[in-house]
Amino acid sequence: MEKVAIVGVAQTPYQRNSPSSHDELAFEVTTKALKDAGLSIEDIDNTVTCTNDFWDGRTISCMTITDATGSSRVPTTNVEGDGTYGVLMGMMRILSGHFRTTLVVSQSKGSIGIPGLITNAIFDPLHERILGLDAINSAALQAREYMSKYGITEAQCARVSVKNHKNAKNNPYAQLPLDITVEDVLRSRMLADPIKLLDTSPISDGACAVILTGESGARKGPKKPVWVKGVGHCSDTYHLGDRDLSDVGVLQAAAKKAYAMAGIQNPAKEIHLAEVYDAFSYMELMWTEGLGLCDRGEGGTLIESGRTEMGGSLPVNPSGGVLSAHPVLVAGLARIAEAVLQLRGEADARQVQGAKVALAHGIEGACGQGHCVFVLES
Amino acid sequence: MSFQQQEKKSQEFLSINRIVDVPYNYNAGYYVSQYLKALKEDRRILGVKCPNCGKVYVPPRVVCSQCFVKNTEFVPVSDRGVVTAYTLVIVPYTNPNTGEPKKLPFTCAYIRLDGSNSNIMHCLEEQDPKKLRTGMRVQAVFSEHRTGDHFTDIKHFRTIEE
Amino acid sequence: MGTRTAVVGVGQTHHRSKNPECSGHELIAIAVRRALESAGLTMKDIDAIVVGNMDHFESINYVDMWSVLGFGGYMKPVLKVTTGGTTGSAVGHASFYHVASGLFEVVLAIGWEQNSESDTTAAIVTHCEPLIERDFYGGAIGGLASQYSAYMDLYGATEEDAALVSVRDRGNAALYNPYAHLRKAVTLEEVMISPYIAYPLRLLHMCPRTDGACAVIYAAENRAKKISSRPAWVLGVGSSHGATYLGDAINWPGLPSLEKAAQDAYRMAGIRDPFEQIDVAEMYLPAATAGVSWMESMGFCEKGGGPGLIHSGVTNMNGKLPINPSGGVIATNCIGATGLIRIGEAALQVMGKAEKRQVPEAKLAVATGFGGCFWSDVTVLSSQMDIG
Repeated sequence: MEKVAIVGVAQTPYQRNSPSSHDELAFEVTTKALKDAGLSIEDIDNTVTCTNDFWDGRTISCMTITDATGSSRVPTTNVEGDGTYGVLMGMMRILSGHFRTTLVVSQSKGSIGIPGLITNAIFDPLHERILGLDAINSAALQAREYMSKYGITEAQCARVSVKNHKNAKNNPYAQLPLDITVEDVLRSRMLADPIKLLDTSPISDGACAVILTGESGARKGPKKPVWVKGVGHCSDTYHLGDRDLSDVGVLQAAAKKAYAMAGIQNPAKEIHLAEVYDAFSYMELMWTEGLGLCDRGEGGTLIESGRTEMGGSLPVNPSGGVLSAHPVLVAGLARIAEAVLQLRGEADARQVQGAKVALAHGIEGACGQGHCVFVLES
Repeated sequence: MSFQQQEKKSQEFLSINRIVDVPYNYNAGYYVSQYLKALKEDRRILGVKCPNCGKVYVPPRVVCSQCFVKNTEFVPVSDRGVVTAYTLVIVPYTNPNTGEPKKLPFTCAYIRLDGSNSNIMHCLEEQDPKKLRTGMRVQAVFSEHRTGDHFTDIKHFRTIEE
Repeated sequence: MGTRTAVVGVGQTHHRSKNPECSGHELIAIAVRRALESAGLTMKDIDAIVVGNMDHFESINYVDMWSVLGFGGYMKPVLKVTTGGTTGSAVGHASFYHVASGLFEVVLAIGWEQNSESDTTAAIVTHCEPLIERDFYGGAIGGLASQYSAYMDLYGATEEDAALVSVRDRGNAALYNPYAHLRKAVTLEEVMISPYIAYPLRLLHMCPRTDGACAVIYAAENRAKKISSRPAWVLGVGSSHGATYLGDAINWPGLPSLEKAAQDAYRMAGIRDPFEQIDVAEMYLPAATAGVSWMESMGFCEKGGGPGLIHSGVTNMNGKLPINPSGGVIATNCIGATGLIRIGEAALQVMGKAEKRQVPEAKLAVATGFGGCFWSDVTVLSSQMDIG
């Protein structure tokens, strides 16, 4: 595969009830990412936007940010899915030889709608929605299956929340930097058993932009390029009842593809840090298994070992993860942006020392029906 | 397929009625907030001027799409302008903003207000197709009771002779 | 440099205004099965899927995940692209990029829509800005209507000119395309007495609302040559999304986004004289009036030359440059699929598989997509890997 690098990143600080409109958020990250890359809008020859009609309350939601992202000037497309899928699309457009530099922008304002209703619409209109399924209670079903199968405890899940909210204290973009204990998590309000308030990501508004370019452009930029070494995406089947919700085979398949492309044989040893999509605390444990950072069923053991803490041998979510800020669709793109900052050595107080190889991961649909995995290297 | 066959088919295969009702609280953002406040408080219509090309856009927005430059200067535009496009809407549909059937007929129009380079959408008082034409001059009619809502603070645009 | 890419299979449903016996999954399944059969492939051969529709017509969130049941995509990479009316063509382009990137060898593009399931106009109206445009938007028709009345003022075009486009496209659908939704021909008189929907657009100038699905299979060069003896090579792609606010787009003469997208696609394909070189065009004309006023944007005639082109008969089936042998969008409009159907139909032409609607010896075809805020996509397909 020819070389594609990420040469510019930008994020807005994530918050609930941002007073800015979608296009204002998108414009902010577009201009900041251009500045970060040392480029002007004329250097962008195509764009990919990631917006979702339900979350935005608008059909053709990409139309809102066409002008603000410079997408009215150049060929553009809109991926309605997690930001990681948008970066994949942006990368393919460069590899096709048709474009040199892609701007990928995602924005989302979870505050404007009712997430429970919006995520209820993920489910089958004829016989699932009426049950009141949404992101949280469907995750609760998955958490229960996973925990029952492998004997994972609520305390082990709580450790993820403690770790990530603490990490968020060093991330100026994060919405929820918190000093909490496992006890605090276990005592927090039950939302849908076994998922409690502090096991859950917040409702967030925000935007993120990433600029990709081919090798020649990458070497000219002011910052150290971060190379995309591998990518894989894969999808499970649709109905929750048709899936083994405790099984991470789909993520494994996506990761396998990414690792093969990147030449990684032993991810647990070769990866220096991972930004994974922890919409709920139990998810980080599951995804570390699916990514091969530990064996199946060993997610709880991994978090207890301390390896995934800051200062450990494989920090997971040094940014604070999705638990600390969850603008939907943007969150996957933010995982990539954070990994880039780490590999550039620009992560300030949350810097993982000597990081050269990172994972960035995004999910799609209910209970991680779809996964997209990136391997990035500096 | 015969009518009888069609009837039989629609009895064999069910069609289930569901309502998807999702309320949204849209943020106007900085630019549209200024616009709506000016409508409500001053009966004034604001646009933004691109610092690069000088084009004036109504409603105000963060960026000039031609220059990709941030707009910073708010300028008032006239409440009078010219109809650049219109259509008389007669086909019934549900207004997604309210969930109610849209009150018909109404004349949807694009209006280029004097001082603006872009067109704003609203409705015209005139509903007789024989009297509607592009190029006709119109003026905003403001409501007495205004709440910062573009659709109701300006009641409609009336035809003026000029 | 990228991988040479071709279309090797096309499948679509028999489009109807309402398909009571099909759920959305089943519509997709029909189109996908037909596409796979046409290429002699199974789902095992598919490396990735790109799917598209417009969410609010069926009110399903994350359709990429939902649609897996329709095409049997368990453990497959799936991604969704949606850009409004141009969704179908955007899905086609995205699938093309999947293959051209070298990352995937055989990719399935799926476009679908069940317009009968909802209040189509209400759903379309939600594409307007909620605080400034939405309450007054009367539907897609208004913009199209006013564009044509401006064209009429400028060049002396008439409603009859547009009516001839309806006669042509509806006639093609009736005679040649068993998949089309509206398969009854119309006469000039019938069009001219049909009621106005929005002056100067009449009912019989307008597209219907349709349930349907389409699937198109893209393959990399080495696979394409094995799968098909005559693949449809993608020689050029172009795309232009010009505006955010409808109020910014409304005054454009002709369709600038189509002109830009077409020029980019032609340049990529090496087309210097589109009217002479192109053998057949499948155009996304949401209304017959577009079939007059957008011809110049395709480079098929001079500015203002639309009426002359239509009257000359060159765009009829037996003419030099047949347009819409399938009947086009005026005969079938399942929005998420429509743009992809144009690509599929154009591909069938150059593959020599267009059955009764085959334009004899068609080697070079162009397919267009339209939607959103007057946005356009263009694809150029050829039976040859390079044109002279």
